[in-house]
Amino acid sequence: MKTLKEIKCGETVIVTKLSGTGPVKRRIMDMGITKGTEIFIRKVAPLGDPIEVKVRGYELSLRKEDAQMIEVE
Amino acid sequence: MSIKIALAGNPNCGKTTLFNALTGSNQFVGNWPGVTVEKKEGKLKGHKDITIVDLPGIYSLSPYTLEEVVARNYLINEKPDAIINIVDGTNIERNLYLSTQLMELGIPVVMAINMMDVVHKSGDKIYINELSKKLGCEVVEISALKGTGIKEASEKAVKLAKEKNKSIPIHEFTPVLESVLNSVEAKIGFDVSEEQRRFFAIKLLEKDEKILSQMKQVPNIEEEINYIENEMDDDTESIITNERYLYISSIIKDCYKKTNKEKMSVSDKIDKIVTNRFLALPIFALVMFGVYYVAVTSVGTIATDWANDGVFGDGWNLFGLAIPSIPSIFESLLNAVGCVEWLKGLIIDGIVAGVGAVLGFVPQMLILFLFLAFLEACGYMARVAFIMDRLFRKFGLSGKSFIPMLIGTGCGVPGIMASRTIENDRDRKMTIMTTTFIPCTAKLPIIALIAGALFNGAWWVAPSAYFIGVLAIVCSGIILKKTKMFTGNPAPFVMELPAYHMPTFGNVMRSMWERGWSFIKKAGTVILLSTIVIWFSQNFGYSNGSFGMVDDMNDSILALFGGIIAPIFTPLGWGNWKSTVAAITGLIAKENVVGTFGVLYGFQEVAENGSEIWATLAKSMTTLSAYSFLVFNLLCAPCFAAIGAIKREMNNAKWFWFAIGYQTGLAYIVSLCIYQIGTLITTRHFGFGTVVAFIIVAAFLYMLFKPNKDGTTHQLKRNIKLQKQKI
Repeated sequence: MKTLKEIKCGETVIVTKLSGTGPVKRRIMDMGITKGTEIFIRKVAPLGDPIEVKVRGYELSLRKEDAQMIEVE
Repeated sequence: MSIKIALAGNPNCGKTTLFNALTGSNQFVGNWPGVTVEKKEGKLKGHKDITIVDLPGIYSLSPYTLEEVVARNYLINEKPDAIINIVDGTNIERNLYLSTQLMELGIPVVMAINMMDVVHKSGDKIYINELSKKLGCEVVEISALKGTGIKEASEKAVKLAKEKNKSIPIHEFTPVLESVLNSVEAKIGFDVSEEQRRFFAIKLLEKDEKILSQMKQVPNIEEEINYIENEMDDDTESIITNERYLYISSIIKDCYKKTNKEKMSVSDKIDKIVTNRFLALPIFALVMFGVYYVAVTSVGTIATDWANDGVFGDGWNLFGLAIPSIPSIFESLLNAVGCVEWLKGLIIDGIVAGVGAVLGFVPQMLILFLFLAFLEACGYMARVAFIMDRLFRKFGLSGKSFIPMLIGTGCGVPGIMASRTIENDRDRKMTIMTTTFIPCTAKLPIIALIAGALFNGAWWVAPSAYFIGVLAIVCSGIILKKTKMFTGNPAPFVMELPAYHMPTFGNVMRSMWERGWSFIKKAGTVILLSTIVIWFSQNFGYSNGSFGMVDDMNDSILALFGGIIAPIFTPLGWGNWKSTVAAITGLIAKENVVGTFGVLYGFQEVAENGSEIWATLAKSMTTLSAYSFLVFNLLCAPCFAAIGAIKREMNNAKWFWFAIGYQTGLAYIVSLCIYQIGTLITTRHFGFGTVVAFIIVAAFLYMLFKPNKDGTTHQLKRNIKLQKQKI
């Protein structure tokens, strides 16, 4: 079981599960990261965090700490 | 009949452009009551009875961000007659997510698909008839930028508003969720109107506390929640979000065809360079240097000098034509009518100087706002947050806080105003509170005075001032983050990086002017009033047994007042009335501190660094008390102009006073510690003050290293609550 945090740049993954609760989870889901969504990891910020991903055809940035809540395969 | 139409849509979808196109110059910009979220209203062009309300850009109607709560409260409580839902055609999937929520409010919806020119150009296809059928609302293709289709969109909205046809959401969730929703709906009392019942049922199921508190009767739906959570193995909030996206995915195939999938867009190419791992920071530094150089150093200085020294100083030149300054125009006018001396003083040194203090900042600020508006509109500002986030988030600040602080080294007033670009409320408030800790150019004369008078112009005094400023920001960030004021829902950093695009000239100018004007209007009153009060207390007092205007500041009310409160500063090492009065006049403008010392020591005029009074000052202060005085003036409440800007940006009396109180309080305790502990080290004198200083240092360190419980406890409590509910 991997989380989005561990995925390298340039890979494409599918979301299997979202852990956590509350505002952060809701926000991640509101932005379109839901079960079965395809995510392309585009790049990492110059200081190593946050990351930039492509999801549902647009660019989204999120912190690694929050990416940990997203389980992928 | 007056009609209200709300404009709703995601951030970066062209909403502002559409709003400007619909209303033209007929706009009113303000704030939503009690919050810093901007509210814009305007009349539809050519229709005096039709109001367009621009809602904040939002992704969802969740209860977690200020913008979302403001928008949905408006939609539920004010019930506009129609909604124009603006959707970015180039990013339709995520945009439709908000649409599914808007559709449930029981208000007629017209969907305006924007950026259709870009969509056509790329060869993609959106089938609007299909979309209209699947969503159950009217759909119009528009390009807000080119002005196509907007008339049709507004006409349709007006027509729907007049017909009062409630839009009924056609989209359906899975049968099991629908049946649960039906049973929740049946339990809702009659205080909720028919067309809003589905919205309330969904919010009840989502356990949305903000909506629950608005309802008169809250039905008990624990049974339904437990049932659906067991059935679908997730919490209700996630179930519903998931269902919405599932529905969108199911309809999007028939409504949207993408042609060239793999081609890299221009925006992608730009982004590849601009946020490149190695190039991002140099490019960022270059952009910041450019902004700083133009807005603060070169053009900005010229503009400020022109306004302060020219228009409100000694006059200026227009193509060789000498134009007298505003104060001198007033002076000759008042002389001509034979005005009495005190009234002349009040008008010129009080009111005109006060207005000058407000307006003097405006030219520079407009230049800065022009840059900010451009950086925001083109999409680079979001990248600034992306690049700098890691560095700033540790101190409870946003990556975007870098810009206010950088500008703050020039002048704190535009610095504070630059915090506008930070969306997150807590990050913005933290930035507003800490920006003025950075020494601005007006504080440099104080540094030069103290360094020259007591430290023989030692090289380290000025850098130490900046070091203390940065340290104050970092420590304040870490400590305040843990206080009650800044706790609450942890704000996630999940941010869209919008595609780069060239902003329109009109939008950038409009944004620049709106911000500049709001400074003049909201900050102006504070600045003007306080300048007049200080002027009065400086120039009036008792001399020769009667109250009146005094020539010598030593006799003024301010001197009297300074004498009364001076003992407060005794623990800081400078409890004499002259230093106190100097610090107070520093509130008008920080460089006044030097001038006031000059006047109090009997000099008519002193150089900027006050070199004439160095010897006198050196006699009345020790190196320690002087340094403590310097630190106090650097950190305490900024000048009135900046205080006005803080008031404007906080837009809340409690937060405003908290900010000013915190700044002054911090300045006091830091200066106290420096003086007391410094005294202990240099003279081995141990007294009550030393004990207090050590207690403060200990408390400070405790606050600094205390683990931050905030976010985690909040989540833990929620988890426990959820588990209890399950049991």
